[in-house]
Amino acid sequence: MINAALLGNPNCGKTTLFNALTGSTAYTGNWPGVTVEKREGVYKNKKRGSEEIKITDLPGIYSLSPYSPEEVISRNFILHEKPDVVISVIDATNLERNLYMTTQLLEMDVPVVVALNMIDAVAENDQRIDTRELEKALGVKVVSISALRNKGLDELMEAVSKAKERKGTSFLPFKETLEKAKKIYEDNHIDSPLFHAVKALEKDELEEKENKVAYNEVNDLVKEDKVDYESSIADERYKFLSPLVNKVIEGKKTRNESEKLTLSDKIDKVMTNKWAALPIMIVILFAIFHIVFAGDLFYMHAMGLDLGEGYLGYIKFNIGGEEVRPFAGLFYDDAGIASIGEFLHRLAGDQETGILGCIALGIKQGLIRAGASEWVIGLIYDGVLGGVCAVLGFVPQIMLLFAFFSLLEDSGYMARIAFVLDRLLRRFGVSGRAFLPMIMGFGCGVPAMMNTRTLSSDQERTKTIRVIPFFTCGAKAEFLVIIAAAIAAAGGLDAGLFTFMLYLLGVVIALVSVIVMTKTSQREKVPPFIMELPAYHLPSPKALALHVYDKGKHFVIKAFTIIFLSTVIIWFLSNFSWKWEMVEPNESILHDLGVFIAPIFTPLGFGSAQTGGYSWIFSVASIQGIVAKENVTSTVESLASGLGLSSFEDIATASGITKGGLVGFALFNMLTIPCFASVATAKGELKDHKTFVFTVLFWLGLSYIMGIVGYISVDYVWTLGITLPLLVLGGVGLYFYDRYKTKKEAMAA
Amino acid sequence: MNNKLSETSIGTTVYVDSIAVEGRVKRRLFDMGITPGAEIYVRKKAPLGDPIEITIRNYELSLRHSEAESVLVRSHK
Repeated sequence: MINAALLGNPNCGKTTLFNALTGSTAYTGNWPGVTVEKREGVYKNKKRGSEEIKITDLPGIYSLSPYSPEEVISRNFILHEKPDVVISVIDATNLERNLYMTTQLLEMDVPVVVALNMIDAVAENDQRIDTRELEKALGVKVVSISALRNKGLDELMEAVSKAKERKGTSFLPFKETLEKAKKIYEDNHIDSPLFHAVKALEKDELEEKENKVAYNEVNDLVKEDKVDYESSIADERYKFLSPLVNKVIEGKKTRNESEKLTLSDKIDKVMTNKWAALPIMIVILFAIFHIVFAGDLFYMHAMGLDLGEGYLGYIKFNIGGEEVRPFAGLFYDDAGIASIGEFLHRLAGDQETGILGCIALGIKQGLIRAGASEWVIGLIYDGVLGGVCAVLGFVPQIMLLFAFFSLLEDSGYMARIAFVLDRLLRRFGVSGRAFLPMIMGFGCGVPAMMNTRTLSSDQERTKTIRVIPFFTCGAKAEFLVIIAAAIAAAGGLDAGLFTFMLYLLGVVIALVSVIVMTKTSQREKVPPFIMELPAYHLPSPKALALHVYDKGKHFVIKAFTIIFLSTVIIWFLSNFSWKWEMVEPNESILHDLGVFIAPIFTPLGFGSAQTGGYSWIFSVASIQGIVAKENVTSTVESLASGLGLSSFEDIATASGITKGGLVGFALFNMLTIPCFASVATAKGELKDHKTFVFTVLFWLGLSYIMGIVGYISVDYVWTLGITLPLLVLGGVGLYFYDRYKTKKEAMAA
Repeated sequence: MNNKLSETSIGTTVYVDSIAVEGRVKRRLFDMGITPGAEIYVRKKAPLGDPIEITIRNYELSLRHSEAESVLVRSHK
């Protein structure tokens, strides 16, 4: 087996190449320790008897100088894991900058094959690249390929299997110094001495840390030299590349501004237009969320058009004496016509609707026929199938969301969103790139957190991951609507307005949290925002499908395992008493646990003091919500039916909870630990265990405090006389703390 | 006479003279191809006035005003 690694700039088509080479054998996994995706797959040669080639896809980077965690990974992988061959993937339409990293790579003692990707795009521009000439100059095999059109892949793999051992070579002019520096590294028995020697001359921070002795020796050696190696090395690389690129490209060289604009330029003129950019962005994002999540696609219900009780569905079953129509309301119901995402959600269904419902009901019927006892049916149907179907039913909708976001990413528009919004978001302490993961939070926090990998610093990622749950996700919307209805019934605000205000409050809390973290625990120098704006292009359906499949699989596995386990446990707790007898929910273990923790929620207005005998329901629902937010309403409603009440509104009335208590309940559940799936994702994405623990505590603490504030502000309005001045005081304190810290940092520097 | 890239008007072509910043930002600018002598075409400003978009070495790059300030440019090669 040959181990080959793919190294290249972001956007050079590396992922497309990886997918083209490995096909469906690809799998993704988190890199140990650091959370940047590494993928591995196997290329199976068509010729019999030839060796298998294992391909590792490394993060897309611009340079082997370690300034971001991704760059450290790629560099360390090549230096320490020692792949047999490194494939340097080059975007042939942008040779000069892409070859820059190749010149660094060639300094290592590793076999290299250069893959000139997107060669078809070069031909479209009436250009040709003289690969012979390039081979001669670089001293390694160069293969022209098109990953998108599956061209040249076999040739590339053949070159990989024939690649020979080589010693690092450099094109830098200071040969004598390099020889001496290289000798120092050789004497210290360090592999790839030339690469390290160059890094030492560049005063590379990681090099200083890793090979202190040799690093200092090299820098002592050149102390007297007049050359400023640090800045001239990068310069010299380009000085080598510019004429080379001019030589190897045949056909017209560069386009200048007087030439005709490319289609990409024309699109960009509109998309980032001074006046149109923001409205266009809002329309695009709104359209995506509308198509994925709306239950009233054409606003027919909103305009007062009543569609009746909806599409009934012709398939009906009679199970356990109950008539079920699993496809009722598939296309439309009394709330309007379903969007594509909502249609997919209903088609997949849950344990009693859609395709999953048919399967689950079939199993239930089978169990009834087989004469299974009630608790077995309960465990399998309500417990296991209930939980699993609820999650699986959500998957098609989430995949659709993934597909749209992948489309934004692959088309190049994502980079423009960051470009347009950077100025706005920087005021809060994050870069324009953080906008997308945040807005994705409105759909689902899990993909949103995974998306933070594109952010440039650990601090920025931590900040963004922590506030993603405050962007109310699809699962939270459900219980917010139900609570809003209860508040409206209690004579409070209009339900729509209340829901909207909670969404808005979530965004405000997110932004304030980012500001506070930027000034306190997550202080950092503003990381540079030097970002490539790739040309727009239409993503290939194949690449898009793989992208979606890849992310979707990740989501299914994570959500599946955790939610499956927790629903089974909760089912047991809510159906059994301490004596292991099956009982009604209000005599269950869960009831007793609920009663036990209910006092904790008294300051939030929905604890034992306010809601008396019903307090355990609110407590259990809140705890269940930590597992999955869908549980909040389903718990309340299933527990209520055990008590002979039919809806959340009835429980609210019966328990005597106040408007403030309802607000406290809404705020706590909205802001607290989002769900097990996102906790697991956050754990994988945050840089260390400590940050993760603090993140969970932050969610718990903030939601508890906001719950209290919400409760007392509504029920005891006079408390605003205390909380508002405290808020102002906190703001002033933060301002002075920041000033003090800034001064100290300036002194230290 | 050297100007800052951040003060260069939209639609003009300039050449990098030097980088007036040290460390991480300097390295990043170099890596992206902003080295002395390189040709820069200033394409546009973002709708909110910052960052800017330039063409360098035949590709499009965006950088903030604060980073563009440390790129000193001249109008001839």
